[in-house]
Amino acid sequence: MKNLFVSLVPQTGGLEPKDSKAINMTMIVLAILTLVGIAFGVHSLIAGHEHTFGVTREVPWGLLIAAYVFFVVTSTGLCIVSSIGHVFGYDNFEPIAKRAVYMSIVTILAGFMVIAFEIENTWRMPVANVIGANLASNIWWMGTLYGAYLLFMIGEFILLQKKSHKMAAALGLAGLLSGIAAHSNLGAIFGLLNGREFWHGAYMPIYFIASAALSGCVTIIVFTYIGYKVNNWQMSESMKTSLQSTGKLAALTIAILMFFTIWKIITGITGHPPGKYLAMEAMLKGPYSINFWLGEVLFGMVLPFIIILAFRVRNITALFTASVCAILGILAMRYDLVIIGQLIPHYHDLPLVDYPRLFTYTPTLHEIIVALSGLTFTGLFLLLGEKLFRGHVIEKH
Amino acid sequence: MKIQELMKLKNEGTSGLSSRERRQFIKMGFIVTGVYFGGRILSLTSAVEAASSGTVPQEGEYSYSPHYTMVIREQLCIDCERCVEACHSVNDVPGHGRRTKILEKRRPIEYGGFETVFMPILCNHCNRPPCVRVCPTTATYKDEKTGIVVMNHDRCIGCKTCMTACPYNARYFKEEERYVDKCNFCRDTRLAQGELPACVTACPADVRIFGDLTDKKSRVYKLLHTPDTYVWVLRPETGALPNVYYTTA
Repeated sequence: MKNLFVSLVPQTGGLEPKDSKAINMTMIVLAILTLVGIAFGVHSLIAGHEHTFGVTREVPWGLLIAAYVFFVVTSTGLCIVSSIGHVFGYDNFEPIAKRAVYMSIVTILAGFMVIAFEIENTWRMPVANVIGANLASNIWWMGTLYGAYLLFMIGEFILLQKKSHKMAAALGLAGLLSGIAAHSNLGAIFGLLNGREFWHGAYMPIYFIASAALSGCVTIIVFTYIGYKVNNWQMSESMKTSLQSTGKLAALTIAILMFFTIWKIITGITGHPPGKYLAMEAMLKGPYSINFWLGEVLFGMVLPFIIILAFRVRNITALFTASVCAILGILAMRYDLVIIGQLIPHYHDLPLVDYPRLFTYTPTLHEIIVALSGLTFTGLFLLLGEKLFRGHVIEKH
Repeated sequence: MKIQELMKLKNEGTSGLSSRERRQFIKMGFIVTGVYFGGRILSLTSAVEAASSGTVPQEGEYSYSPHYTMVIREQLCIDCERCVEACHSVNDVPGHGRRTKILEKRRPIEYGGFETVFMPILCNHCNRPPCVRVCPTTATYKDEKTGIVVMNHDRCIGCKTCMTACPYNARYFKEEERYVDKCNFCRDTRLAQGELPACVTACPADVRIFGDLTDKKSRVYKLLHTPDTYVWVLRPETGALPNVYYTTA
């Protein structure tokens, strides 16, 4: 048992973690904030969402579903970028791979933690999902495949620690396949709802995979940058090149997302498609226009794209800045995607009296704190990972 | 055998493989692929085989027997809300929730003024119910005999996907007992005793008619097959095939 621990948590090699009070204090604060989030989550489970959350019968999915989507998109994205080097053998992407595998485990756990509090009877899941398995349900497939994905990624990480790279790559491929299958099912949860015009269609599963790639690129840049910065490590040339390649891939995926978004808007407004047009109005010039134009467009796409191009990916700090912007934008993307889809009143096509033109939703303190605890959990395990796994350096024999 | 030992073995190449072994390997590949992608294909098929060549199913298209149906003669509704009250008391519906509601439609008419029509809404007990397809734990399902969309309370995990999927806003989360609650045509509270749903009995204007569509002598059958009347359902574009009909009869 001790041997196993030693082989998983190396005492030598890699990069020497900095032993500073500031890092330890930050980790303690992050741990406390995570526990506070869990406490708020548990309270909401006991008291009921009716009393603690902003969700209603009309808008049953709130900030925590958006946060869950954010975390699992990030996890799938990290798995995708890790696989480029580590499964498909593109050397440029090797140096970031191990940290990406580790953080994909952390972020999926953050997602599971957040959704555990959004689902009202979480404790019924283990039994109900098995005895009541509904093979026609995308949410069932998503849960099951993400479960398998988590196991594969943990297996991959353990094998990487034990330096069995071939077996790790095989598990990495299994993780990638189940991750993509799970993730497209997450998109299909929204895309297959005929009654929700803003979501319905093939767009969602495709968009989810494309935006996962962006999330993976920008988060690994941010995680790597933070890991090196707080520990005062010097980046090797190969790591720099790796981050630069990731930056290029990020720019490419932003371009793809821009293309997707432009056509989503054009199809949403041309001919005023019923229901969908209302959602587009809310997004483009209604209550969600600031989220969209400032969050999604400016921070999520335009700024990072310009920064990456302006510095031609050479400057790592610029890459980091671009990536932070993109993460802020992605947060807005997830929120808008989940909420706007539910704001369209069910009977919008009838001339009804005292019937809202749009439903409304505002997150409560409980929801905000639980969602933030997903971020603090991620931060805590990022710092802990750098310490325990000594900079996630891949050493091949 | 340990992984380390396996890794030390020499690669034997593929020339020595029998075609039987190759076949087995390919078979395994197909099984793995099938498991992963089966979900996505299955999710494209409906949970219940259902078809309808028009708004109202014709003979031979009834999926259930009795095929329970509600016909709503909305022009007669006076918005007294006795149906809503009866529903609340019979089915123990809390103040924050509701299984049925009355909406108010208004349109301008000639010489000024408006025409107001009250429109009762409830669960449509669809033949292709989106809520049933999305439920991960089959906590909500079509009753095999009657086609009523019912809840298995103990299995509801509270993910609320059914609420998001329902095109009719017919579901709510009953916080007091921690499950999603919805209209079940009073299956347990009244139908089981041979009585009509509470809202039907409470209605003083004979707006809500309940019955078995397969029975040609039933009022629902007759109302849906009256000449010179118009029969429609709500949100037909979603393909849910509702079993609650609205008529001018």
